[in-house]
Amino acid sequence: MNSNEKQELKILACKARIYALEGIFNAKSGHPGGSLSAADIYTYLYYKVLNVDPADPQMENRDRFVLSKGHCCPSLYAVLALKGFFSLEELPKLRKVGAMLQGHPDMKSTPGIDMSSGSLGQGISAACGMALAGKMDNKDYRVFTLLGDGECEEGQVWEALMFAAHKKLDNLCAIIDCNGLQIDGTVEEVGGIEPLDKKLEAFGFEVFKMDGHDFDSIEAAVNGVLSSASGKPCAIIAKTVKGKGVSYMENKVNWHGAAPNAEQYEAGRKELLAQLESLGGVL
Amino acid sequence: MAEKVVKATRESFGEALCELAKTNKDIVVLDADLAAATKTSIFQKAYPERFFDCGIAEGNMIGVAAGLAACGKIPFAASFAMFATGRAFEQIRNSVAYPKLNVKIAGSHAGISTGEDGATHQCLEDIAIMRAIPNMTVINPADHYEMLGAVEAVLKIDGPVYLRLGRLAIESVNNNDDYKFELGKGVTLRDGKDVTIIATGLVVREAVIAAEQLAEEGIDARVINIHTIKPIDEDIIVKAAKETGRIITFEEHNVIGGLGDAVASVVAEKCPVTVKKCGVYDRYGYSGPAKELLEIFGLTAPGVAREVRALLGK
Repeated sequence: MNSNEKQELKILACKARIYALEGIFNAKSGHPGGSLSAADIYTYLYYKVLNVDPADPQMENRDRFVLSKGHCCPSLYAVLALKGFFSLEELPKLRKVGAMLQGHPDMKSTPGIDMSSGSLGQGISAACGMALAGKMDNKDYRVFTLLGDGECEEGQVWEALMFAAHKKLDNLCAIIDCNGLQIDGTVEEVGGIEPLDKKLEAFGFEVFKMDGHDFDSIEAAVNGVLSSASGKPCAIIAKTVKGKGVSYMENKVNWHGAAPNAEQYEAGRKELLAQLESLGGVL
Repeated sequence: MAEKVVKATRESFGEALCELAKTNKDIVVLDADLAAATKTSIFQKAYPERFFDCGIAEGNMIGVAAGLAACGKIPFAASFAMFATGRAFEQIRNSVAYPKLNVKIAGSHAGISTGEDGATHQCLEDIAIMRAIPNMTVINPADHYEMLGAVEAVLKIDGPVYLRLGRLAIESVNNNDDYKFELGKGVTLRDGKDVTIIATGLVVREAVIAAEQLAEEGIDARVINIHTIKPIDEDIIVKAAKETGRIITFEEHNVIGGLGDAVASVVAEKCPVTVKKCGVYDRYGYSGPAKELLEIFGLTAPGVAREVRALLGK
């Protein structure tokens, strides 16, 4: 990745954050914290990794992406719209009556969404099913799924991890967005999922780590996954900052599922627009 | 007449899958460590490359089925009715039925006739749970022939289906050569004008025997078999209400939320007459041989005949 490409990704991710915040503000509800922590990961996947075609969202041999932590869809919607799966005009209608963009991903209504999700722990199982279908048909597509660190408290996640390793789904990559926070507090206080890397390894995964906001680090981890020859499914532990990009939201537990008021929104938007400008981007 | 068959519907289910898989290459079968009991083992033996044991993890199994369906497969996911519809309810609701994915869920060992395993394994709520989910089709075949027809029919539905399977070997009722399974259509097994017994699943044959006994006593009972509980055949129910004035529903399920409530809803809205619900009266079962339990719980021909006499004041 050259510096121009990296700059381009940063601009796209910044735009995704701006649109996500706008949608959540308009809806007076949504989940800004995790949407902001995952924005760089979505951007990298959709612009550098996934073999998808916005003009043909159901393309048979496409790579699949399942957002297991479904509540973090506002910034995913923004990336899909920027990529051309649907109009940017849909984004401000997030969560409104009659809107294409539901509060949690709906594969029936939204082009580019490969699986309906939102109930935590379920997306990774569907991702396993997609990976299994690929194996059965000797297809070479990959399946990526993004989970939250809090989500790893769900028993079904571990059922799915066991299944993936047992069935040797080396076409599956589970990325865990470790922003360290969940609704009731820090993940450490509430659920205690650590040591996550050792658990994933013990469950039969090849584990990579990355800084989920540094595109070089993301690229190194994803390249590790793409070139893996272990025959195992892969996991990437992504260290992230919840609320990344909006300073007053960063690492604050109360921004998990709250919309900013008008004043807060303006402050956050201003901050993100300044970042965009400094990157040389325009909305 | 077709040959009378004494067979558990779970066995018919396994056989049907094998037969249909010959021509339908998209069929895949999942189980959760109960293949020998649900009879998906029959399929496993014939098509090992299209069978996946998911281990004792029903929630994940349903999610995997959803993912397979999203890639064009037609997964049949089987477990005991208790775990398929109970443990995995929310996975079925959110990962399968909400996106209307083409997953067929098979719940075996449904009802009290599961027998010796006792209350924890005797699912009496599955029909209620599955009926309440939008997009879901609910089918409870009464015998071998009906199960063969049902499995074939559900392949023509592009969406989720719940199929109820029984453990106990039962004698077939649909022995007529012209029997054809029609999804969503009730079957009048015996005409009558005094009362209608509307039954589903394993007790359908008991209802027919009861009607024969009642006829000898001068009671002319109609018997309707409802294999498709959702969407239910409203016409046949309304016709029965109009023509016989009284209905008894009969099922191996809690009287709350099952066939009885489905029929009562139709009758209450379209042609109010008395509906007496006959089934398991909001309680748990216990261990014992299936046939003894069915007798104790009144899920037999004499049991339903008693209810008919009581309803008619005879």
